[in-house]
Order: sequence, then structure tokens, then C-alpha cells
Amino acid sequence: MSEAIPLRVLLVDDEAGFTDVLAKRLRRRGLAVEVAQSGAEGLRLLRERDFDAAVCDLKMVDMDGIEVLKVFRKMVPAMPVIMLTGHGSEEAAKDGMQAGAADYLLKPCDIDELLAKLAAAVAKAKVGPA
Amino acid sequence: MSDGHYYQSLTRVLVAWMAAVALAPLLVCALVLGNQFHTAYRAKVVAHLEELVLKHKQQVGAFLRESAAELRVLAEIAPFDDFTDDRRLALLLATMQHEHGGVFVDLGLVDAAGVLLSYAGPFRLGRADYAEAPWFRAARKGDLTVSDVFLGLRGLPHFVVAVRVAHDGREYLVRAAIDFAAFNRLVENIGQGATGQAFILNSRGELQTTPKRAPKLDAPFLRAKIWSGPGGTPAQAEDQPLVFTHEDPETGRQLLYVASVFKDGDWALVYQQDEADAFPAFYRTRLLAIAIVVLGGIGILVASWVLARRMVSRVAAADAERDLLNDQVIEAGKLASVGELAAGIAHEINNPVAIMMEEAGWVSDILADDDYGTPANMTEMRRALDQIRQQGVRCKEITHKLLSFARKTDERIKELDLNELVAEMAELSEKRARYVNVRIATDLGEGLPHVAGSPSELQQLVLNLVNNALDAMERNGGDLILATRLAGDRVVLSVRDTGHGMPKAVAARIFEPFFTTKAVGKGTGLGLSICYGIVKKLGGEISVESAPEQGTTFRIALPAAGKPEGDAPSAPPQQA
Repeated sequence: MSEAIPLRVLLVDDEAGFTDVLAKRLRRRGLAVEVAQSGAEGLRLLRERDFDAAVCDLKMVDMDGIEVLKVFRKMVPAMPVIMLTGHGSEEAAKDGMQAGAADYLLKPCDIDELLAKLAAAVAKAKVGPA
Repeated sequence: MSDGHYYQSLTRVLVAWMAAVALAPLLVCALVLGNQFHTAYRAKVVAHLEELVLKHKQQVGAFLRESAAELRVLAEIAPFDDFTDDRRLALLLATMQHEHGGVFVDLGLVDAAGVLLSYAGPFRLGRADYAEAPWFRAARKGDLTVSDVFLGLRGLPHFVVAVRVAHDGREYLVRAAIDFAAFNRLVENIGQGATGQAFILNSRGELQTTPKRAPKLDAPFLRAKIWSGPGGTPAQAEDQPLVFTHEDPETGRQLLYVASVFKDGDWALVYQQDEADAFPAFYRTRLLAIAIVVLGGIGILVASWVLARRMVSRVAAADAERDLLNDQVIEAGKLASVGELAAGIAHEINNPVAIMMEEAGWVSDILADDDYGTPANMTEMRRALDQIRQQGVRCKEITHKLLSFARKTDERIKELDLNELVAEMAELSEKRARYVNVRIATDLGEGLPHVAGSPSELQQLVLNLVNNALDAMERNGGDLILATRLAGDRVVLSVRDTGHGMPKAVAARIFEPFFTTKAVGKGTGLGLSICYGIVKKLGGEISVESAPEQGTTFRIALPAAGKPEGDAPSAPPQQA
């Protein structure tokens, strides 16, 4: 992980208690994290700034995670998106993969696993389109 | 049980139909063939009897004509003096009797005043006066007279043949009495069968022969029937026998009559026989047909009964099997809806667990620092622990909700408060509703009576309808209104959504098992049919109102079971 350029991550989830503490833990690990409490806020932040990767919850009240993913993919096709799901089934997460997600994680998730997946996705995205 | 009544009446209907279908051709055959046979057989028998009557009538007529002709010949060829002298008259009588087999009983000469001038025969008549005798008056008019049977001076039945002769310009009558027994024999032997007999009747209804079986004849009726032409003339010509039936007023038996008039319509030869005796083959056949119909009918009824019982017991077994399957389907559906609910609950519980784990991770992160004891870190750790506690409370609430749901798996029917149940189900579905942008509202009527039902089934009923409504609004969100009301003696629950609705053709089939409009793999098509089954089981009604893009309303009316909500427990009924 490069110390000079921190990985910029957009975290989209409507469960504030979860995103806040996850953001703190990621920042502690040297990531530049922005939190969006809804799909709409996530889209707004993405329009305003550049991100290396996004982590998006599948189930949100205002917008479905898959829809957010699709819009993200349209806006910044190169940005990998990792889907988070609290759903007991992995089916929804797999739907997300089909819709273009880079990877998925089941809530509650291990922070190291999330970091590993983020790093892998970003690395792949940098090499991938070539 | 009403089921028993249903199967009993089903058995009766089946027996009635099977018996009717089997008996109808049998009866029609018996009636049509019986009638055909009766008509043909009767015509044949009647034709035979007509021939018999005509033939015998001719014989009787011939006998009378012969007797008269012989007397005429005698009067023509014998010298007049032979008739005036008793001794010579006796000689003439002896000759006649010798030549003609004793048909002539006596001979006599009567003058124009009706006085018997001479007589030869077995009776002592002296100078009898016949001036007033009907035969004498008739003989004075005609050339040749055959009288009716009468008792006369001798007191025995006989009849007279008389011819008019003239001598010395004066008129006389030669008269002979005919042997009644010989005449009677001509008709008494016509009888056929056990009851057949013949007799001769004159136009005044008087018997001219003695019937063999001496029946109680309804002579006035016969006279009226045979001489029913204008002015008492015969109804039929001499060569056309009259055939009719008449009920014997004494025995009530039907009697067949064949009658033919002769002697210028003055006499009729009447043949009489019991119908049963006249048409023995018909009556035997009829008895046989009745026996076949009765025995066949009994056989058909017994077979129908046995078949119907067998069919109904199979139907009952199939019904029982179907009920069992329905129960299994309800059970499967229950598992499906519980599964759906469990997924929702798992998701709900997952979020606080994720927060707790992240907070715990955060505390671990802080503790990993060498200077973790700074006031800022301590504050942060306290906040994290507080958050963990709060999320723990959130988990506890969810599990309590689940537990209270799980406790109500009792399938026994009991009285319960529908409002309470609807409120619980609305709360349980709240989370899922939020994810599909549906606002759940309840509008619960106050003081509703309880309804009788199994808690688990009623929960499933409401949950299925709520899930269905949420599915209908999954794409665009909307409102779900759960309302309860009292309507008459029923508690009505309506579940209204503002979803995409459905056309009439779909609404008509919505309660059919396995009918679904959801994508393959998304719905079992059992949810609403299970609802239907549950509502029907509780003696209620379920209906749906829907139109495309107008939303859908399900209305469930359940019989009110007892005390209204909030009432004190009722005291045991008081005896007056």
C-alpha cells in the first residue's frame, strides 16, 4: 500500500452506526474514506470527487444497491465497486457481481478481508482495462 | 357432521340417477311391448269370439227358421180337419216329433178370437183363451211368428211358433210350442274357458235362454247398450257384432261382451266372459312382465345402491386425501412464509451485529496503540461500548418479537384479538416494507369482537396478504393499509395496497393453487390459496377487488366469536 497516495474509498450504506465506525477503522489503516448515508448522497459525492473504489450496501431504503452500482459503473466504469450485504443469502450479492461489481462481502465482515478485496480490486482495475 | 349428510345425499342422488337411467328403458320396453302385444292379442281373440257368436247366431236363426218352416209346411199340406180334431192332431204331432227329434212339444189350433180349438200335447189346456197373449197379438199381424220365451198357462218356460191359415173365409192360427231345453242347448254350449257363456236377450231385456252359470246379469245395462240406436233400435247391424267391456258391479271384474242381434233385431245372442279368462295369454304375459320389472327394478336398485355406496366411499376417500394434501400444502406454505420472515429477521439482526463487531474491532484498533489511554481514546472506547450495548438491546427486541411469533404456533382454534395480531404482523413486516419503499398503515376498528381461529394460521393469513401486497409494490413502493371493521356479525379485515393491481381475468383465478403471476422461482402460487383455505376453514369469506394500476384490496370476513375487545371476562351463564 502506497503511503504517499492513500486509496480513496467511497462507503455507501444507510446504516449510519455501521458506516461511521467502519470509516474510522479504514481511515486508521491509511485509507481516505468518504461516507454516503444513501444512494443519492453516494451519487452526489461521486460526481464531486474522484474515488479509487466504492463499497456499497445492497439493501438501502431510498435506492437499491444494485441500482446504485449500475449508475456508478456508468459514471466511472473504471472504479471497482465492492458490494456489502446483510442478506442471509448470497444470491443478491451474486446478482451484484453480474451487474458489474468487482467483488462482494457478507456483513458482518472482517476488516482485513475488506482491505484485501479492496486492494485486489484496485490493482485489477489498474491493469484490467488495458 | 355435515360431511356425513353431504355423502348421504350424494349417495341418494347417485342411486336415483342410476336407477332412473336403468329403469326407464325397462319400463318403456315393458309398456310399449305390453301394449303392442295386448292390442294384437285382443284383436285376435275378439275376432275369434265375433266369429263364434256370428256362427252360433246363424245356427239359432236357422233352428227357428226351420221350426217355423216345418210348421208352415204342415199347415199347408195337412187337411184342415186334421187340426180341428184332437186325436188327428196328436197323430200329426207324433209325426212331427218323429221326423224332427221332439223339438215340437205340442200343437194346437187357435181361432181368430184367441180360443184354443184343439190341442195335442202333454198339458191339459182345455179351451184356453190366448186373446191377451202377446204372441197371439203378434201372430195376428204377421204370417209367421216366433214368440219370446214365456211361462204361459203351463208355468214352464217355452216359446211359440205360430202360422196363419185360412179356412172357409175364416182365419186360424196353427201354433206349436218349441222344446225350450233343446233350444237352450243351442246356446249354452258356446262357452269358452272357465267363465265364458252365451245367452239370448230380447229387446226388452228379458233372457230367452238360461245362462249356463246363471250369473247376475245386468240386463238393463245390456239392453241399453245393445239397443242404443234411435228409438231403441240395435246399435249395430246384424252382421256386425258389438264388442264392449263392462265392470261387474258385484265382483268388480272386467267382463268382455260380444253381442249380435238377429230375428229382425228383436233378439241378441250375447257372449260374456271375464277379461282375464278371455285373454289368458295376455294376463300371463302381463304378470310375467310385472314380475320381470319388479325383480329387475329391485336388482337395479340394489346394484345402484351398492355402486353408489362404492363410488361415494371412493369420493369420500379422495376428499379425505385432498384435505390431507391441503393441510400439507398449508404446512408447506407456512414454512415458505416463515422462511421469508426469517430472511427478513436475519437481515434485521445482521445490521446491529455488524455494528457491534465493527465497534469491537474499533476498540481493538485503539487498544493496539501504545498510548491507548489518552482521554480522547477513552471517550471513544466508552462511546463504542455504549454503541455495542445499544445494538445489543436492538438485537434483544428483535429476538423477543421473533419469540412471541414463535410462541403462537398453536394450531388449536381459540378466540383471539384480530387487531392485536394485525398490529404484530404489521410491525414484523415493517423492515421489509421500508426496503421496498412501502408505508404500512393500520386503521383498526375499536371494540371489535374476537374471532375464532388458530393463531398460527391467522398469522400466516395476514403475513401472506402483507407479503403479497409488498411484492406487488416492490418496484415503485406505495402504501399498504391494514384495516379492521365490524360488519354485522363479522369482523372484516381489509388489506389494501397501491400496487400495480391486476386485470379481472387474473383476479378471478387468484385463489387457485399454483396460480402465480410472479416470475418462475419467485412464487409458489400457494400463498393466496392457503389464505383461501384458512378463511374457508374458519367459516369466513375472502374476496378480492382489483383493477390494473388501481391497487388491490383483499377483504376477509370472519365470524365474530365472542366478547368484544376490552370487555371483562364474561361470567358463567346464569341459570334463571
